[in-house]
Amino acid sequence: MYQYDQYDQQMVDTRVEEFRDQVKRRLAGDLTEDQFKPLRLMNGLYLQLHAYMLRVAIPYGTLNSKQMRMLGHIARKYDRDYGHFTTRQNIQYNWIKLEEAPDLLADLASVEMHAIQTSGNCIRNISSDQYAGAARDEIADPRPWAEILRQWSSFHPEFSYLPRKFKIAVIASEEDRAAMRLHDIGIQLVRKDGELGAKFFVGGGMGRTPMIAPEIRDFVPADELISYAEACLRVYNRYGRRDNKYKARIKILVHELGAEEYTRQVEEEFAHMKTLGLNPPVEELARITEYFADPAFEGNAPDELDLSDPDFKLWVDQNVVAHKQPGYAIATISLKPKGGIPGDASSAQIDLMADLAEQYSFDELRVTHSQNIVLPHVRKSDLYAVWQKLDEAGLAPANLDLITDSIACPGLDYCSLANARSIPLAQKISERFADLGRQRELGELKLKISGCINACGHHHAGHIGILGVDRKGTENYQLLLGGSAAEDTSLAKITGPGFDEDGVIDAIETVTDVYLEEREGDERFIDTYRRVGMARFKEAIYG
Amino acid sequence: MVEAIRFRDDIHEEPAVSLDAFLDQSNATAVRIEAGEDARLLLPLLDRISLVEIDFPVFGDGRGYSAAQILREAGYEGELRASGDVLVDQLAYMRRCGFDSFIPDAPIDPKVMEEALARYEHVYQGTSDQRTPIWRHRHG
Ligand code: SF4
Repeated sequence: MYQYDQYDQQMVDTRVEEFRDQVKRRLAGDLTEDQFKPLRLMNGLYLQLHAYMLRVAIPYGTLNSKQMRMLGHIARKYDRDYGHFTTRQNIQYNWIKLEEAPDLLADLASVEMHAIQTSGNCIRNISSDQYAGAARDEIADPRPWAEILRQWSSFHPEFSYLPRKFKIAVIASEEDRAAMRLHDIGIQLVRKDGELGAKFFVGGGMGRTPMIAPEIRDFVPADELISYAEACLRVYNRYGRRDNKYKARIKILVHELGAEEYTRQVEEEFAHMKTLGLNPPVEELARITEYFADPAFEGNAPDELDLSDPDFKLWVDQNVVAHKQPGYAIATISLKPKGGIPGDASSAQIDLMADLAEQYSFDELRVTHSQNIVLPHVRKSDLYAVWQKLDEAGLAPANLDLITDSIACPGLDYCSLANARSIPLAQKISERFADLGRQRELGELKLKISGCINACGHHHAGHIGILGVDRKGTENYQLLLGGSAAEDTSLAKITGPGFDEDGVIDAIETVTDVYLEEREGDERFIDTYRRVGMARFKEAIYG
Repeated sequence: MVEAIRFRDDIHEEPAVSLDAFLDQSNATAVRIEAGEDARLLLPLLDRISLVEIDFPVFGDGRGYSAAQILREAGYEGELRASGDVLVDQLAYMRRCGFDSFIPDAPIDPKVMEEALARYEHVYQGTSDQRTPIWRHRHG
């Protein structure tokens, strides 16, 4: 994993001092809330319904046990003993006091962490594949590229007052586990004549106008990555819409110009940018890549697994995937217990996950965009012990990618923009479908819930999506079908009129019944939906 | 009227004309660009310009940062001034993009400014202020 050198540490420490000073000026009344707002937002601090919410960056979702313990410490010391892992592979805390925020950031800095640019109209935390460095199908580890981009985008003077927030994802395999094409910039590492480079997709996103990013360049060499990214951003910064917040994301610019014209402008800018010496030399990528070298895997770790305990077997079947190294496995810890809040973890659970990572996973953890935690490098012979400890702590739901492994945004319980509650709905659905046999019968089924059209719960990308709307002052839920954030990216469509809370749960049940009736062979829900089409489902729901 | 804050010695007193007027009128030497106007239109004329003023209608409108970079990247060496909603916490980034004078709508506390500008010893990216990016320190 990457480690800060003196420069990185100094940047982060300086930011803490700077923010301490800004908070002091705010508390003394030298800054108005309007003036302070963009400054606190650059440090991840939002004013929510009840308190400040602080979002901590977990670059490309990777962290070590010391950092994870710090997240637990922060939950205990500054919050109400829990934290909430987000769809951006970050963690947020919902009950922060402004006066304490500088100390909190100083604590984070002591373990090479920060909250820089986790909000605001700037380049946000770079996300990546949660299985990076462990996946069998990757052509390289995408994280060194993500780290190069992290450094470049941090404190970027030209791109800190963009028309709107800007999200970048980097992956390195055909299977897309990071919703890459639903980002402002999606980068897929590819090889051309043996050389590693980046394929660029620009202009994807969710929100009120969801779009799948078109490919705009098939290969950018490593030593031109930054100038190409600069070119993409500069065209956006100059021409992205600033007249309407809802049309300000880059996807609208790309859509309005057309991908071809946007690409032409980027290429023109790039031709000029290339001459400016903006790119770190390949030695810098090599330096960073060394930090991501494989851990010291045991060459002859046994590859067999004793699955005689049926509960353990269920967990392995559902939550464990193959590792590139024989004898090892990638295990996902589900933060979606029955009736729980998706993505929430108590400080004790956070500590336990840190301990397990230290003891069994070469000190590494990952946060996934579906709000779970991954132990990326577990010896198969240790899996049983890991599972037992997780199970004792309520961290062993065997539901990865099943209907109860839902994504939900904070919704009306926390968010000032919400139309409807998301969390209680997710909880009720997880209770209705609690029977694991039934969930497994339904197979892979991605359920995603947003409390308003801003789509933080990614409802457009759900096999089943739910969108909270306000209908004459009461909470109402629209149902969507057919989205996907994986390599077969698609956008979900609304079934028809909305429902109340119980109504939408009934409708989901109807939809899953239709799937079970119509399914052919080993089709997943999404496959059946794509084959039979919306009409069949609609008819069953609305009669 | 708030005093200009300058980071250069030569003082340019001619009032800036609008971009349209400047493009029509060959003898002006100072021009003002509104957010959203294309700074590239000035590139063929840089020789005769001694002041470009770029307006920030609201601090969150970041187009002026790109306009400044474009001018500096093209070799413009005259005065580059930010006017409008220019706040102390934006000055460091403006300096990095090549601005060397400021006429803010509201006065800026010189002490707070000094601290803000001196705060970061290092930078991650190369920009038109020519500071050495961290990656270059690492690799000599
Ligand atoms: S989708 Fe809407 S309700 Fe949910 S977190 Fe985002 S803004 Fe808030």
